[in-house]
Amino acid sequence: MKRVLPGFGLTFGITWVYLSLVVLLPLAGLFLQTFTLSWEALWAAVTDPQAVASYRLSFGAALAAGLINAVFGLLVAWVLVRYRFPGREVVDALVDLPFALPTAVAGLTLTALYAETGPLGSYLNQLGLKVAFTPLGVVVALTFVGLPFVVRTVQPILEDLDPSLEEAAATLGASRWQIFRRVLFPNLLPAVITGFTLAFARAVGEYGSVVFISGNLPFRTEITPFLIVTKLEQYDYAGATALAVVMLLFSFCLLVGINLLQQWSGRRGRQPGH
Amino acid sequence: MSLRTILKAVSLPLLLLTAAGCKPSGPTSSEVTLLNVSYDPTRELYAEYNAAFARHWAKEAPGAAGKAPPKVTVNQSHGGSGKQARAVIDGLEADVVTLALAYDVDMLRQKAKLIPEGWQQRLPNNSAPYTSTIVFVVRKGNPKGIRDWPDLAREGVSVITPNPKTSGGARWNYLAAWGYALRQPGGNEATARALVTGIFKNVPVLDAGARGSTTTFGERKLGDVLIAWEDEALLLSKKISPDEVEVVIPSLTILAEPPVAVVDANVDRKGTRAVAEAYVRYLYSPEGQEIAAKHYFRPRSAEVAAKYADRFPQVQTFTIDELFGGWSSAQKTHFDDGGVFDQLYRPQR
Repeated sequence: MKRVLPGFGLTFGITWVYLSLVVLLPLAGLFLQTFTLSWEALWAAVTDPQAVASYRLSFGAALAAGLINAVFGLLVAWVLVRYRFPGREVVDALVDLPFALPTAVAGLTLTALYAETGPLGSYLNQLGLKVAFTPLGVVVALTFVGLPFVVRTVQPILEDLDPSLEEAAATLGASRWQIFRRVLFPNLLPAVITGFTLAFARAVGEYGSVVFISGNLPFRTEITPFLIVTKLEQYDYAGATALAVVMLLFSFCLLVGINLLQQWSGRRGRQPGH
Repeated sequence: MSLRTILKAVSLPLLLLTAAGCKPSGPTSSEVTLLNVSYDPTRELYAEYNAAFARHWAKEAPGAAGKAPPKVTVNQSHGGSGKQARAVIDGLEADVVTLALAYDVDMLRQKAKLIPEGWQQRLPNNSAPYTSTIVFVVRKGNPKGIRDWPDLAREGVSVITPNPKTSGGARWNYLAAWGYALRQPGGNEATARALVTGIFKNVPVLDAGARGSTTTFGERKLGDVLIAWEDEALLLSKKISPDEVEVVIPSLTILAEPPVAVVDANVDRKGTRAVAEAYVRYLYSPEGQEIAAKHYFRPRSAEVAAKYADRFPQVQTFTIDELFGGWSSAQKTHFDDGGVFDQLYRPQR
């Protein structure tokens, strides 16, 4: 078959070499290191109750943070695209800040803010709400680092969305809720899901900011990346990579699932137009 | 493989910082660069010591007759002791390591054969030119009346210490409490475990490193007592917040001996052995000892110790070899996965 677009062989080759070098090779090394463990030792390491407790926190908090960001990130993107107000550029730039800030700095700052003695924490404490050094603090840190992903993926889609679509819907007698539900939302959903996925994946692997705000109490506020570091501290490289592999497989399955969901929603979103 | 790659990536900024100097440091060159890989609390100590050593080397270097005085630049790298040791094992080209515990230095031998057996006997005093100990920092006026280890296990006292699984300093803290209980009349394994369990029940936050705990206690104002290195404690009470905290010395504590070593495999490849050895030996000189004392580490030299006596009160100590049979055995019993520390946190079955 003759292709219309030239250069397929070359670009395809480069893509594979690049992906292999940057992604596949390190991952293969990771798996190899794990295989220095016997199956029993591997199983014991990954099903240890302390490890299981950490998976629950790591994935649970990442999921919660991803969902929070999906909702509020969409809102932020909406406000930035659809309204003109003074200082909009500044707000727009603020969104990217969590990308640029070293995560350790973010962790320290959030801890200072939310600790019982901090300006926000002391207030919340009176309401009986403890944030720093609890699982809630972990969610707060992960929400912070994940914010830009949803906003930045939804924004361009929203910008390209023709307002005349909504006007047309309105002239046809749709209520505001109907316009949002039937016209806007299906178009935005794939982007929201992509943003959610990115924020979630980023949050699962986050270490720097969380170790400061979580307090690292075994069984309560230990995230899996922290357990990996404790294993390295014992020079137990194989045990550390075993946990890493579990995280990776979990994340991979989740990401594949989300991708399928996205394809499905993408198809559904396009249907009304065609 | 991949882990090494990852760790190398982590240490890349360090390598880049030192790369400029690492390349042309042949044995004949009159300009030498050393890399000292150390742990967190020694940052200020070595900043001053490196400058002093460079001056000393320019004057005293062997074979410099007729040539321009050799110039030595020492780069420093700081971080958690264990993390630093792993970076060296994974290829960070340290000429000298100055870490928090002998266990981490010994890993250079066990894991990568970078140093020979018996490295700790190559220099005086177990290769530890200065020592420190574990003390308490309390709020000004000591409102909770904390005097000794059992007070930390009292109800209503909040204790700040880092996580022994990730922090070398925290391991000293833990072993100090354990050893104190063992040495009491009628002390045994069970009483030691009871005391340590009681103390960790009172710990609301386990920071990953010693500096993190100091921040939690000093800046966040959390906790009634911080268990800390004496050098960190003195820094906090004398320099950083003298009006807010004070140091309490327990009746018995552990003698912390942070060891130094020349990394044989690296200095032989780079041809920096002579200057690296002079670097660690000069730590024992009057000037080196003076600098250590200035930065709140207890000097080994009796004269320098006498000069700084008001800073370092008399303290009863035991060593890790006396009570725990050395670091490897202490690490295995207490801190490895499934060890005594993990058991403290396991839910009761």
